[in-house]
Amino acid sequence: MANPNWEVVIGLETHAQLSTQSKIFSGAPTAFGAEPNSQASLVDLALPGVLPVLNRGAVERAIRFGLSVGATVNRRSIFARKNYFYPDLPKGYQISQYEIPVVSGGGLTIDVGGVEKYVRLTRAHLEEDAGKSLHEDFHGMSGIDLNRAGTPLLEIVSEPDMRSSAEAVAYAKKLHELVQWIGICDGNMQEGSFRCDANVSVRRRGTETFGTRCEIKNLNSFRFLEQAIEYEVERQIELIEGGGRVVQETRLFDPDRVETRTMRSKEDAQDYRYFPDPDLLPLVIDDAWIDRVRAEMPALPEAQRARLVEVHGLSVQDAQALTASRATVDYFEAMLAALPGEAKLCANWLMGELSARLNREQVDLARAPIDAPQLAALLRRITDGTLSGKMAKDVFDAMWNGEGTADAVIAARGLAQISDAGAIAAIVDEVIAANPKSVEEFRAGKDKAFNALVGQVMKASKGKANPQQVTDLLRARLG
Amino acid sequence: MSVDGSTGLARASVAELARLLAAKEVSAVDLATLFLGRIDAHRDLNAFLDVRPEATLAQARDADRRRAAGETGPLLGVPLAHKDIFVTRDWASTAASRMLKGYMSPFDATVVEQLAAAGMVCLGKVNCDEFAMGSSNENSAYGPVLNPWDKGAVPGGSSGGSSAAVAARIAPVATATDTGGSIREPAAFTGITGTKPTYGRPSRWGMIAFASSLDTAGLMTVSAEDAAIVLSAMMGFDPRDSTSVDRPPEDCTRDLQRPVKGLRIGVPKEFFGPGLSPDVEQSVRAALDVYRGLGAELVEISLPNAALGIPVYYVVAPAECSSNLSRFDGVRYGHRASEYRDLEDMISRSRAEGLGPEPKRRILIGTYVLSHGYYDAYYLKAQQVRRLIADEFRRAFETCDVIAGPVTSTVAFGFGEKAADPVSMYLADLYTVPGSLAGIPSMSIPCGFGDKGRPVGLQLMADYFQEARMLGAAHQYQLATDWHRQVPAGF
Amino acid sequence: MPLEIDDVARMAQLARIRISDDEASRTLAQLNDIFAMIEQMRAVDTEGIEPMNHPLGGHQRLREDLVTEHDRREAAMRNAPEHQDGLFLVPRVIE
Repeated sequence: MANPNWEVVIGLETHAQLSTQSKIFSGAPTAFGAEPNSQASLVDLALPGVLPVLNRGAVERAIRFGLSVGATVNRRSIFARKNYFYPDLPKGYQISQYEIPVVSGGGLTIDVGGVEKYVRLTRAHLEEDAGKSLHEDFHGMSGIDLNRAGTPLLEIVSEPDMRSSAEAVAYAKKLHELVQWIGICDGNMQEGSFRCDANVSVRRRGTETFGTRCEIKNLNSFRFLEQAIEYEVERQIELIEGGGRVVQETRLFDPDRVETRTMRSKEDAQDYRYFPDPDLLPLVIDDAWIDRVRAEMPALPEAQRARLVEVHGLSVQDAQALTASRATVDYFEAMLAALPGEAKLCANWLMGELSARLNREQVDLARAPIDAPQLAALLRRITDGTLSGKMAKDVFDAMWNGEGTADAVIAARGLAQISDAGAIAAIVDEVIAANPKSVEEFRAGKDKAFNALVGQVMKASKGKANPQQVTDLLRARLG
Repeated sequence: MSVDGSTGLARASVAELARLLAAKEVSAVDLATLFLGRIDAHRDLNAFLDVRPEATLAQARDADRRRAAGETGPLLGVPLAHKDIFVTRDWASTAASRMLKGYMSPFDATVVEQLAAAGMVCLGKVNCDEFAMGSSNENSAYGPVLNPWDKGAVPGGSSGGSSAAVAARIAPVATATDTGGSIREPAAFTGITGTKPTYGRPSRWGMIAFASSLDTAGLMTVSAEDAAIVLSAMMGFDPRDSTSVDRPPEDCTRDLQRPVKGLRIGVPKEFFGPGLSPDVEQSVRAALDVYRGLGAELVEISLPNAALGIPVYYVVAPAECSSNLSRFDGVRYGHRASEYRDLEDMISRSRAEGLGPEPKRRILIGTYVLSHGYYDAYYLKAQQVRRLIADEFRRAFETCDVIAGPVTSTVAFGFGEKAADPVSMYLADLYTVPGSLAGIPSMSIPCGFGDKGRPVGLQLMADYFQEARMLGAAHQYQLATDWHRQVPAGF
Repeated sequence: MPLEIDDVARMAQLARIRISDDEASRTLAQLNDIFAMIEQMRAVDTEGIEPMNHPLGGHQRLREDLVTEHDRREAAMRNAPEHQDGLFLVPRVIE
């Protein structure tokens, strides 16, 4: 729990890998998991004489992000070289943005334990990823794979606005949801598509100035983010309380030991010698482009949730569940388009029967064998009285197993519910005549006997009689 | 072919070779064989770094086949040499550095591709200063190139192999690159025509980078007419180079016949200061008189900040080079030290062994001017002064069509004369650097001989994209004079 | 302000160029000559002048997001000092 004497200050730098087909400065593919160096083009290998050309798709995604967080999309931004040597950095510099990034400002509202908080963003800039060093033993050497070199990244930098690991995790989760929602990043944390660096410092409550911060690099799960911050906060408080001093440095999180350790200290910190990349001209984004991107943007999760509650009358919980992902809410919207006015029924089936089935069979919504119009068509047979809820579930199973559309299954199995009043009345009369004992008991006040009679009618109709009509008719006859 | 005949052929211009090839009086294979023979006979110049006769003859045979199939074009079958800054698939690409000894590029530079598409036949790769850094060609890891006019003199640099090869007529044309004067200074030192077009017109794709915002591909030729013909084939837009100018291809020969009568020639008074040696001044002034005689109007102009070109250049170019040369780390290609303690030591030793003194010096300068706390005082400041210099040119071109003056303050100097003193070497580019910083087209044409009978060059500069106008003015001078026809004794 | 020997050592370290003490002191003298020459530029008043990073101005051209490059590994490995299984080998990387 929060320490009464110390305040924690956290800012996050998040690297979101942009979901482009090709790299940010070359035409090489970005697919994950290819044979080493098979996706490194001449440009990615930094061969003598090669030059970068910027990928429109990467810029477009940065614009989308800027618009989604209410930031300024800078009409002119500059690519700079960040110079340092590392064997997985082929040019000896990383192309990034320094003085003028593509996106400035904006922010995200997070919710921690029902309390809302606005976290400001400093900036978001485009840059290229580096390659990978493989440490398996090659006779005491490391192997360099440059497939990832040149993959487009959006580095999203927050202000130091977070005051606990819980807030940091809430922020990271919110950002993770957002980048997937707006379709700029696949969010795959195992593959490194979304990773966070946390800047952590502590200060005595009531003080204005920030304490010395440490940067914890490359946290690729929310749990690690939380654990790393928790550990780091403890470490810094203990250090200061023990008379020590926090040294500004970069630290690595060791998930096995659940601790952070020094990677490099400020003293041997790099001097990156940033300067505008002479191979690239200023990136200019005009209003028309921004307007076009804005017009194509999906409604954001908050806006979607509000609409589901206010326009479609769903509960906050339902709205929350339906906006878990773009795919879910898109599916819902497609169902509702086919079955207007039945929001609750659609939500129940999507979040109930379909979700359970997807979960059980480990299938993605995008690959569900029943699409939204098909599921809506099934639900229509409930609203028009053709199927009971129970029958609909059987039809759903059949549809899942590829037996065709709802109507085809109903026809093939002769499942249509009997709603014809005359037909039901005939069965009801037969049952009353055949079960005088139950009739007697019901009249004597035993409700159970009534249920038995309903059961007999349903049995006689082979389950097809409309249950509501059966109940109504029985009451009328016996009453 | 008689010896006289072949010598005459070797002295022919591109325009003349084109006529002979078109008339089928000579084949591409004949020309390739002739020049390969001359290259071999003049190996002492050390102009060529890589010659592969089989590859050259294969290209020549292909050019002859293309002509037999009905293809025409002024460059089909004309031989040329490429400065070893352009990467080539079929010849090693070393930038005259030990770092890239034997390096085989998996692709051709755009300029190489474009000239091959026009049917030119590559004779091989020519020497230069390491990574194009130098003004004397003494910085090549593969030894200096000799000046064909005087083997005790430097051929200029960095494109010293290109200039010596054309001056000695062991190649009729050579590509070259100019970052601060690397085409014009060697052209002046060897009495040939050296042309640097507007920055961004020829593609930089496949040019081993020295200073990206200055590097410009160009040509060493016998005449301005040749430059106009070849340049027209190598200025096409290249989508692989973000700084390539997207303009339709241009016929640079269009102003060749345009008389210079009425041409306003700006003469910057600062280019005729006390630093200019009298022999050079005399030849340059005589050339200006020729123009006056042809009806041109001489206008005195002032470029007060041009003198700051050298300090600005020695901040900007080293800064860019320090970053551009970081890729040479011994990891993926290039020299790797044979002994080292660890990874960092491997990289530091590989670079120390693979790079020569001049690139190292410039990398250190560049590292310093970009480092924390010095960026504003040096790099930013230099880029601001650079704009002042460019603005001065802009204003000058409101009162004149071309600018004329000396290329260098002296004729070619001797080996070792300046090698120990980098600053005096850097000052060799005093008159060429301002045009490079602005990015305007400029060239050197031979205009006489100075001390020790060494050639003198006249520099012409024009506004952005006005290379045709500049080449026309040069051609008109060459119609009236024969300095460009002079060939050193023994060649 | 003249450079000192430590500046040369620090630049050489940043630039990853191994340099002996001897070379460093020789280089120091040369660099100081060069910086003395550069010094005259610093006196110019450049208040409000936009730095000229590119000779021609203009803005960045964009490439469509298409895969246009294919496997060049074999060509890449041909120039590699040391390689195995399609990887460039280097002395052990310690993180």
